Amino acid sequence: MQPPHPPSACEVCPAHHPANLKRLGVNMDRYDFVVALAGNPNTGKSTLFNSLTGLRQHTGNWPGKTVTRAEGGFAYQGSQYKLVDLPGTYSLLSTSTDEEIARDFILFGQPDVTVIVVDATRLERNLNLVCQVLEITGRAVVCLNLMDEAERHRLTVDERSLARELGVPVVPAAARQGRGVPLLIDMIHQVATGSFVCKPHRIQSEPPALKRAVSLLVEKLRSAFPGLPNARWVALRLLEGDVRIEEAVRTGELAGLARAPGGTGAAAPAEGAG
Amino acid sequence: MNPVNTRKEVLEAAANLRWEVGPNLHDSLMEALYTDAARISDRVLSRDDARPAFDLDRTIDRLVTSRWLGFPIMMLLMAVVLWVTITGANVPSSLLSSLFLETLHPALKQAAAAAGLAWWLDGLLIDGMFLAMAWVVSVMLPPMAIFFPLFTLLEDFGYLPRVAFNLDNWFKKAGAHGKQALTMAMGYGCNAAGVVATRVIDSPRERLIATLTNNFSLCNGRWPTQILIATIFIGSLAPPALAGLVSAGSVMAVVLLGVGCTFLVSWGLSRTLLKGEASAFSLELPPYRPPRILQTIYTSLIDRTLIVLWRAVVFSVPAGAAIWLVSNIHLGGASLAEHLIQGMNPFGLLIGLNGVILLAYIIAIPANEIVIPTVLMLTVVSAGLTGVGEGAGVMFEFDSASATLAVLEADGWTLLTGVNLMLFSLLHNPCSTTLYTIWKETGSVKWTAASALLPIAMGLVVCFCVAQAFRWLGG
Repeated sequence: MQPPHPPSACEVCPAHHPANLKRLGVNMDRYDFVVALAGNPNTGKSTLFNSLTGLRQHTGNWPGKTVTRAEGGFAYQGSQYKLVDLPGTYSLLSTSTDEEIARDFILFGQPDVTVIVVDATRLERNLNLVCQVLEITGRAVVCLNLMDEAERHRLTVDERSLARELGVPVVPAAARQGRGVPLLIDMIHQVATGSFVCKPHRIQSEPPALKRAVSLLVEKLRSAFPGLPNARWVALRLLEGDVRIEEAVRTGELAGLARAPGGTGAAAPAEGAG
Repeated sequence: MNPVNTRKEVLEAAANLRWEVGPNLHDSLMEALYTDAARISDRVLSRDDARPAFDLDRTIDRLVTSRWLGFPIMMLLMAVVLWVTITGANVPSSLLSSLFLETLHPALKQAAAAAGLAWWLDGLLIDGMFLAMAWVVSVMLPPMAIFFPLFTLLEDFGYLPRVAFNLDNWFKKAGAHGKQALTMAMGYGCNAAGVVATRVIDSPRERLIATLTNNFSLCNGRWPTQILIATIFIGSLAPPALAGLVSAGSVMAVVLLGVGCTFLVSWGLSRTLLKGEASAFSLELPPYRPPRILQTIYTSLIDRTLIVLWRAVVFSVPAGAAIWLVSNIHLGGASLAEHLIQGMNPFGLLIGLNGVILLAYIIAIPANEIVIPTVLMLTVVSAGLTGVGEGAGVMFEFDSASATLAVLEADGWTLLTGVNLMLFSLLHNPCSTTLYTIWKETGSVKWTAASALLPIAMGLVVCFCVAQAFRWLGG
């Protein structure tokens, strides 16, 4: 087992200014970046939200507590961030209201960064959602939360390998104690400003027939919506007959997503953030 | 090329390809997802299995969700929370009321007299509005400031999902959602908060059931009524040594009756107006976490207590004005209050209550907390007692239960009146704060009206039946 986190070299470095963080609460007249907080139920999204914004959203130890999305803000290194706390979901297949709220926001709300909060003690199940989010958006940071509980259960997560597998930064944290929050903010900042370019994991294990259908449909999508960042995911949703996505294709709403190419194009080596 | 056509092409291509990939797309996709997730997690996760840990979580779970111990533990925890709330609230409540009623109120009266305020303006503002607000704050704030943090601590610890787990089967049988257990529990603090909490229920049908039945959770505005009446009418029947236990037991009986009504009405609704089967849902039992005490107290004070208190204050001020007005507007020698009480008395007596209680429940709609003070004030007005109370339209409370009993008995109260008041306090319309919340949450006047009328109808029927049985048994 690893020793419980010695202060990293960065944290004791004189150049390190945690005071750069300004909690803005709900006072946001303008913002430069939008950050979404997604994750499974009861992984500590609201706790993280509170420690980032200085707000006091009600938190509780039961799944399904956050029922609407809460918004708050913080400023870091001169940039203003708007933070949106999404309801916790196990998947993004929109079978319930909260899944739809979360899915629609990640897709149509176009957050600059999506922070996926992950319960380190239930990694495999949480990774299901991570994989789904990474299909939609490449601009993501994984917050490996509840590390304190993982340590108590004698679980060790190799966060560098995880970051390499997922292609996005992974920050171990214990939000209840505020552990890892400064590093998380910094990674959010790096992804938002584009100084860290993600190379998100895409689902690989689908059957060949599906792969062929998807690539055919992706081609069509690319010509209808040039620059669409998540054509593969949209193709999968269309094949499944997702009504909301079909409508977005019909009305052309999807074209709005072809904005900044995000982290999908560039091929920078993904790095761990440990 | 026309963009509309290209987009159409995409949809057509999707429709055609859908046949090619076959009907198992969803499953194979999920499988791919799980495979990837499992592969990654295998690669990065290592577990130190050197010595098997004593799994505390599982041991606690085995106790609190056990077939035999689950329910007793639940009731015991609830009894402890209630007991701490009731006894703990006494001291700050009396401090606040002595501040508001014995210091501020006379000071305001003096200031008004010095400023030469007209008697009716002084009465309306200070005896009416100010006193109603002072009552609500001093009676409501301490129990809420104790109950909500305690409840939130249990929530933070992770107990609430276990309650839902225990009660799930019952709610399912009643055709309601298992998460209704959570909103029901919230209702013991405040029905308005409980109604807001129904947002956790996805299905609109089941959410409406939870909203309509939340009123059957005795909110803390009604606890003082229950406790006072139980003490003076029921506790006094028992030998002094057992009085406390007997009165606490009778309050608990009313609580359990409320739980019974919740299941009964949920069952009735899901078979008539809100037909449907209980929907399936998954509720993960989260790990137990040591609650963060200071943070929890802070957030529950800010989020729940102050918001609910503020709403109650807003609604109590006009009620104070109304109470003062009905006792001070005179028509033909008697005040409006006396006319109303006379008018409602026959019906009130028929159902084992009286005109005073009915009028008190009408003008005290804004907050259940002011029911007892209003009842006492109206009793003194209507019975024409002299030498007690503070004057027409001025709410007051006695220092001792025996003084209260003396006044009530002088106005013809019996054991039946006491029992029925306890029942009616459980089964009547929600306070206006809650009604407003229901209206805001459902957006429907119809369902708001239903949630007010349904419990009243039940209360009238139950009180009538109890009165008949009582009279029949009593000869």
